[in-house]
Amino acid sequence: MLELKNIHKTFFPGTINEKKALCGLSLHLESGDFTTVIGGNGAGKSTMLNAIAGVWPIDEGEIIIDGENITKFPEHKRAIYIGRVFQDPILGTAAGMQIEENLALASRRGETPGWSWSCGPKQRKIFHELLKELGLGLEDRMTTRVGLLSGGQRQALTLLMATMKKPKLLLLDEHTAALDPKTATKVLELTQQIVTRDNLTTIMITHNMRDALAFGNRLVMLHNGRVIIDVKGEEKKNLTVRHLLDMFEQAAGADAVSDRMILG
Amino acid sequence: MIDILIPTVGQGLLWAMLALGVYLTFRILDLADLTAEGSFPLGAAVAAASLNAGLGIPTSIILAIIAGMLAGVATGVLHTKMKIPALLAGILTMIALYSVNLRVMGKANISMLGIDTVFKYTRDLTGLNVADSSFVVGLVFIVVMGVATYHFLGTEIGACMRATGCNQQMIRAQGINTDTMIIIGLAVSNGLIGLSGALIAQANGFADVGMGTGTIVIGLASVIIGEVLFGNRSVKNSMISVVLGSIVYRIVIAVVLALGMPPNDLKLFTSILVAIALALPLIQSKIKSRKVVK
Repeated sequence: MLELKNIHKTFFPGTINEKKALCGLSLHLESGDFTTVIGGNGAGKSTMLNAIAGVWPIDEGEIIIDGENITKFPEHKRAIYIGRVFQDPILGTAAGMQIEENLALASRRGETPGWSWSCGPKQRKIFHELLKELGLGLEDRMTTRVGLLSGGQRQALTLLMATMKKPKLLLLDEHTAALDPKTATKVLELTQQIVTRDNLTTIMITHNMRDALAFGNRLVMLHNGRVIIDVKGEEKKNLTVRHLLDMFEQAAGADAVSDRMILG
Repeated sequence: MIDILIPTVGQGLLWAMLALGVYLTFRILDLADLTAEGSFPLGAAVAAASLNAGLGIPTSIILAIIAGMLAGVATGVLHTKMKIPALLAGILTMIALYSVNLRVMGKANISMLGIDTVFKYTRDLTGLNVADSSFVVGLVFIVVMGVATYHFLGTEIGACMRATGCNQQMIRAQGINTDTMIIIGLAVSNGLIGLSGALIAQANGFADVGMGTGTIVIGLASVIIGEVLFGNRSVKNSMISVVLGSIVYRIVIAVVLALGMPPNDLKLFTSILVAIALALPLIQSKIKSRKVVK
């Protein structure tokens, strides 16, 4: 389904700020895999998602989705296959536009925009039903500007927008990190519900080890721009935080455990 | 009183196309586009030259709109494809257009005396006087262009354009090429500005290479005055506000001139007006925070 082959990416090459973010990263996802990704700061988690989404070109390697090589596609062309939710709730929606206008844009993800009316009564009815399923009461506020919603509401809306036109791949970049614990739990539940219902191939970055263990059928740990741990199925189900830390120390060297990961 | 009001409102309506164009870039696309200073006289020059060449009123006006749109495309390509900051891209096009406008007209100033303009045509058709005819022409054009622009902003392309001005990251994630949207937006905006230039030149009876100086500030003044006085709750509300803002601006100018301000000081007056209006939110919050301290 998704194949990342030996991806390299260096930021600011040749300067004192040079940062080798991805160093030969390879990963193969099966269709329907719900993969959680963990790793310390600077391990390359977000860089990996940005490489897949095409935010900038990669230096080396290949990205293949469903048999199609998209390595050279610009960001907006990859959107046909990919739904995204960002860490910052502000990034996923157009704040100055209404809820229904945002949904209308998302309902045509990857299509060339035409001259017909963007948001008509027929679509409004569909959006109303979809918003109702979120259970946040947004279905009664469809003409509210998105900028007036809370971070959690915006993130739930972004999740709906990323999945309303079923993507081949769903990329979640720490999409609950900016939310309070209670809202984060709610958005995670919603994520689980949508991913299971539509059987979406998903990559979810998280800083929280417990979430990484609790969600998905596969867990990947990155370190220094490479995959160092990759567990799936039964093995993942039996995994604990303790196990994970032991595996990490073995794979990366004892001194590499970052504070933030232990806190998670 | 009324015999000053009608022509003033008429002027405001003719300038309102400029205000709408500036609204599209300044508010919808969220970039300050100085192309206006060049596309406004470009529209005037193209209309005047085509009318003098006997191409007829509709053709001249359409050519003026197309010329304005091309100027917008030029700025858009400089900004998106060559990664030149929007402000600088607009300045480059504006300066280049000065030479283009001289070439279009062949000299610095051409007159349309004795030539059938849209206003003379209207007068002959309806028997209205000069002031009323400019009011009627302004009203017809602003209604047609306003409705067309509003409809455009409501289409799929228009919605993508508005989202581009809001959040480029988001709309790229929806599969939209933001470069294309910015270029389209600048084209539509400068098309409107070119049209405004074409109409103003015909109302004045001449086109002048220097008539673009200060247009961007006039446009901004209309947008800001309109939004402050009449609100900006929705796209429709904002567009109506901007048109009314253009009229209010003309009335303010007429009043200060009637009060004895020398016409040479007009641009200084307008700049100060816009500067104060732009600083208004900051001044308001300062006053508020002072109240809290007390």
